[in-house]
Amino acid sequence: MASPKKRSTNKSAPRLEVKKTFKLFINGAFPRSESGRVYEVSSNKSGFIANPCLASRKDLRDAVVAARAAQSGWAKATAYNRGQILYRIAEMLEGRADQFASEISLASGVTAKKAHDEVLVAIDRWVWYAGWSDKLSAAFGATNPVSGPYYNFTIPEPQGVIAVAPAESFLAFIDAIAPAIVSGNTVVALVPGSAAIAVMSFAEVLATSDLPAGVINILTGSHDELAPWAASHMDIDGFDISGIDKKKRSEIKVAGAENLKRIHSFDGALSPTRIYAFMEAKTVWHPIGV
Amino acid sequence: MSFYGIVDGTESSLKHFLAQLPGVDQVGADARAAMLATRSIKTTSKRWAIDTAISMVDLTTLEGADTPGKVRALCSKAVRPDPTDSTVPSVGAICVYNDMVAIARTHLDAIGGKHVPVAAVSTAFPSGRASMEVKIQDTQDAIEAGAAEIDMVIDRGAFLSGQFGLVFDEIVKIREVCGDRAHLKVIFETGELVTYDNVRKASYLAMLAGADFIKTSTGKVAPAATPPVVLVMLEAVSDFYQMTQRRIGVKPAGGIRNTKDAIKQLVLVNETAGPEWLTPEYFRIGASALLNDLLMQRMKMDDGYYASPNYVTID
Repeated sequence: MASPKKRSTNKSAPRLEVKKTFKLFINGAFPRSESGRVYEVSSNKSGFIANPCLASRKDLRDAVVAARAAQSGWAKATAYNRGQILYRIAEMLEGRADQFASEISLASGVTAKKAHDEVLVAIDRWVWYAGWSDKLSAAFGATNPVSGPYYNFTIPEPQGVIAVAPAESFLAFIDAIAPAIVSGNTVVALVPGSAAIAVMSFAEVLATSDLPAGVINILTGSHDELAPWAASHMDIDGFDISGIDKKKRSEIKVAGAENLKRIHSFDGALSPTRIYAFMEAKTVWHPIGV
Repeated sequence: MSFYGIVDGTESSLKHFLAQLPGVDQVGADARAAMLATRSIKTTSKRWAIDTAISMVDLTTLEGADTPGKVRALCSKAVRPDPTDSTVPSVGAICVYNDMVAIARTHLDAIGGKHVPVAAVSTAFPSGRASMEVKIQDTQDAIEAGAAEIDMVIDRGAFLSGQFGLVFDEIVKIREVCGDRAHLKVIFETGELVTYDNVRKASYLAMLAGADFIKTSTGKVAPAATPPVVLVMLEAVSDFYQMTQRRIGVKPAGGIRNTKDAIKQLVLVNETAGPEWLTPEYFRIGASALLNDLLMQRMKMDDGYYASPNYVTID
């Protein structure tokens, strides 16, 4: 009988790699898809890479319930606190930049250098949006001159639950969720194809950050399957369809008309208007001098 | 005195009868309830189940902060759960504290809800810690104010210390007060009874003493209406029907918050007691938040897209 020591140094048996099981990220936990389905991500260069979950409309339903439950608490957190939580996430991203770069490079086939640049741009944009948390009321709020004995204020407030359907890249994902949550919205992200690989590692960052459960929920799978359900869902207040094929956008807008959902698409430019797109103005009349 | 020719109401006859009941196979009951919970109910069956569940809801508000206004609002919702859709059935009953019974009855009658009964929780709900005189007075008050159903609590302390006669006598006395003016539901508070054996014993004790319904919980203690507990109670009413030809109802209450939970309960009823129990006459669900979820699921089935809580009432 071989001694334990001999076995452990046996060079003829190569170590078996421990592969990651890809799951969804809903309400701060990592459940499998309710449907039990997965899809294959592979590349010409490396062949098979992973089997992320193929989310179903019922996963979307669960994610919306989680996002709705988390929304009032997240919106009530002070702007300073929201900003700090997002900065902290950027710190953690920075520490794992190499991991994200290698995952992006593996899944999308771009060079390691390009992938690394994409991660750094994503982190910088995240920080840029985080900085807006306590500046929104100054930038988009106003005191309005009115003809009457009132102070009249306009205050920007988060809309509620926002669905985002970014294009198939890590940077597009960051570009979509950062402006949506910084104002106090909660998000359900529909992440397509090979972007799932790096994005689900990002979910691991979120899970160990101070971000409350349910603020960001991530479903991986197909836009064609999930976007129509998100568009018609009565408890979703806004939908960022930047990653959806231009030919299919009008169909999504029609489905979203029932609850007057705000449906926007953006080019990749950095702009605070991308934050304001999913905020609404509240006007307060305060009597004076009577 | 004889109760169904099974016991004579004395402590010793009750002890003898309850002692010969077979014990509940706990692992078996848990497994059976878990297995039945995996049944998939879809499309037309689901639609039927949702409407049936709505008609079985005892729409409940049992808060210290209840106001006449809140009770009236709840009554309006009970008669017409979805104001935009007249095909939604009325709920099974309104369940309120004693002092709200008259307010609920008057308002229901005024808005065309004569068919919706008012249930009152009585006998020093939820703890049951009061003298017998007070409990009787409590029940009489509720019936005179217009309650057609009385939800009484048993004295769990007496039950757990083995004074079955005491528990039995209390139920018999409240039964007498109810007479034929009110249905009697007996609440066990299964979360405090500890074992399934005790749930089975309490079920028989209440049925022999004259209960029309046996009810799991007050809603003030967790765990409440877990599927295995309801399974044990459904087995008891089914066996009791074989023994006496009298059909006793079951009311799970507490912890049933969404459509999925409610449909699981209906599956339990159908598979354990049988379809004869699948009517509001013999099965009720004590709930408050459940109704909104049932309505939202109904909207989803009608409209083809997911509904929002913004379109149902806050209560």
